[in-house]
Amino acid sequence: MAKEEKGLSRRELLRRLGMGTGLVAVAGTAAALAGRSRRGDTVWQIDPAKCIQCGNCATYCVLEPSAVKCVHAFILCGYCELCFGHFQPGVEPPRTLDVAGAESQLCPTGAIKRRWIEGPLYEYTIDEPLCIGCGKCVKGCTLHGNGSLFLQVRHDRCLNCNECSIAAACPSGAYTRVPADKPYLLKGKDTKR
Amino acid sequence: MKRRVLLAVLALLTVSAALPAAERGAQPPPAQFESGYERPTVENPEPRADAFDYVDVAVLAVALALASWLALRVRSRAWIFVVMLGALAYFGFWRGGCVCPIGAIQNVALALGDSTYAIPLAVLAFFLLPLVAALFFGRAFCGAVCPLGAVQDVVLLRPVKVPAWLEHALGLLAYVYLGAAVLFAATGAAFVICRYDPFVSIFRLVPLFRSESLMDAVRGSMTMLILGASFLVIGLFVGRPYCRYLCPYGAVLRIFSRASRWHVAITPDECVECRLCEDACPFGAIRNPAPPPAGPRTTGKGRLAALVVALPILVGLGAGLGTRAGPAMAQVHDTVRLADRVRLEQEGKVEGTTNASDAFYTTRRPAEELYREAAGIVGDFVWGGGALGAWVGLVLGAKLIHLSVRRTRTDYEPDRATCLACGRCFAYCPKEQARRAKKNTQEDG
Repeated sequence: MAKEEKGLSRRELLRRLGMGTGLVAVAGTAAALAGRSRRGDTVWQIDPAKCIQCGNCATYCVLEPSAVKCVHAFILCGYCELCFGHFQPGVEPPRTLDVAGAESQLCPTGAIKRRWIEGPLYEYTIDEPLCIGCGKCVKGCTLHGNGSLFLQVRHDRCLNCNECSIAAACPSGAYTRVPADKPYLLKGKDTKR
Repeated sequence: MKRRVLLAVLALLTVSAALPAAERGAQPPPAQFESGYERPTVENPEPRADAFDYVDVAVLAVALALASWLALRVRSRAWIFVVMLGALAYFGFWRGGCVCPIGAIQNVALALGDSTYAIPLAVLAFFLLPLVAALFFGRAFCGAVCPLGAVQDVVLLRPVKVPAWLEHALGLLAYVYLGAAVLFAATGAAFVICRYDPFVSIFRLVPLFRSESLMDAVRGSMTMLILGASFLVIGLFVGRPYCRYLCPYGAVLRIFSRASRWHVAITPDECVECRLCEDACPFGAIRNPAPPPAGPRTTGKGRLAALVVALPILVGLGAGLGTRAGPAMAQVHDTVRLADRVRLEQEGKVEGTTNASDAFYTTRRPAEELYREAAGIVGDFVWGGGALGAWVGLVLGAKLIHLSVRRTRTDYEPDRATCLACGRCFAYCPKEQARRAKKNTQEDG
């Protein structure tokens, strides 16, 4: 380094000032936000109490089919013979027949399986790979039944987008970010966390 | 103990959730079984463990250090390219492009604007680490770590030269986009950078180790795919169009990189002004030597003085226009739209209800409260719109001043702000060729 400059050039002085300002800005942001930041990540979830089953979950997700699926809280289920989540309105359920005709089912993909248990009691289970998260069954069950069917973001599928397309389209504000270690907002207490 | 509290809360939730049904009196009783039937349990798949967030941060830090070292010391385009492909594979295709420092701008803006929002520590680190790196080593992040940059870099086949006036004008867009993104994020309206991220759908085309099939991802995001594909088609001829003209994080990095402690140089020792590197940069970031201005010093001085006076006028004008545009921009916010709709319905000016207004009526919240909340948000937008306008005015004025300052330059140099540290220009320099030859003979001997 032969050419040792005497003192600072104007350009070098400005650069140093700029660098100092930049470091202060970075440190300031870190200090302001690190104090009230959270260690763990957050994930998207649907608050079943706010969900109005508008159908956006099925169409707005960047995945096809959606990362939202229907979840069944069996502890709340009435095991009804005439399930408003399973049958089209006005359809009389066929006695002791496990599988209703497709035309009498509410679910557009036939993802709700009906099985006779005893007497007038029938079990309804969700075939998750078939479920598209449209919420038709949830609407029926919430209006006329116990509300044991509800929609949840399934975290084996959800990509956890920073801006969730469904959350942006949700009319009732049911989408919230929840701590990743408590990733579900479940109804009924038998369902595992 | 924690579990018990959780169960109690869940039980409470259950009761409260069941209440509306009970009011209607239609709720069937819980089923009793005589046949020994046991209710099935539902498995709820867990999300990715938190620890992986810190793996991401570590990978980012290592990649930044590696990219800086390769660009400044090793001076190898090939190795920079390798790191870039690695980052594209990891942050792009493996992590699905989320979360990235570009999007993290919005999380930081929201955290600054809304004190109830707790930003995840990893997201904060993603925002800050590349900025710190830029203060010391320039935009090494853009050149070799950013997956959005990488996907554009690999498709660049036939770069065309963008005229300087167009380059300067389009470059301003990024600052405007940055200001708008911060405004919409800080007011809680939307994360526009993520919503219009052109490449995230392309990253998700390759669902590495994910359960979705290829077609699932394609069908789910056709419009986003078309947006990404058009950017890549433009990117065949115009080097990294998103980075240069739109990327809001790139705009921040341009400012930070101007002050960087060390910076990429075209030549390893001394510029001989051979002009060989003149067309080396596909991103127009090489500045040619400029002789001292020919005209009398006073003309330049006069112009500069006029622009310095014009700067506060531009800022004030922008602030005024932005304040006026505030209420219109507030329409992006859900709550404002809902309040407008509810008001129209209440006053009987529209027929019927929307999903959103239905949902609002079921909450039985008083409409006045909603109107007050919406008015508060509109107020934020009036203030924020003014700030955005002032910012745009400031950017415009600063650009004009910057263009009018005629710098004397003796060497071919990368522009500190726009140089992406990709390393393409190294091999064009005869001095660099000499250095490499010398190094090879030293290694051989």
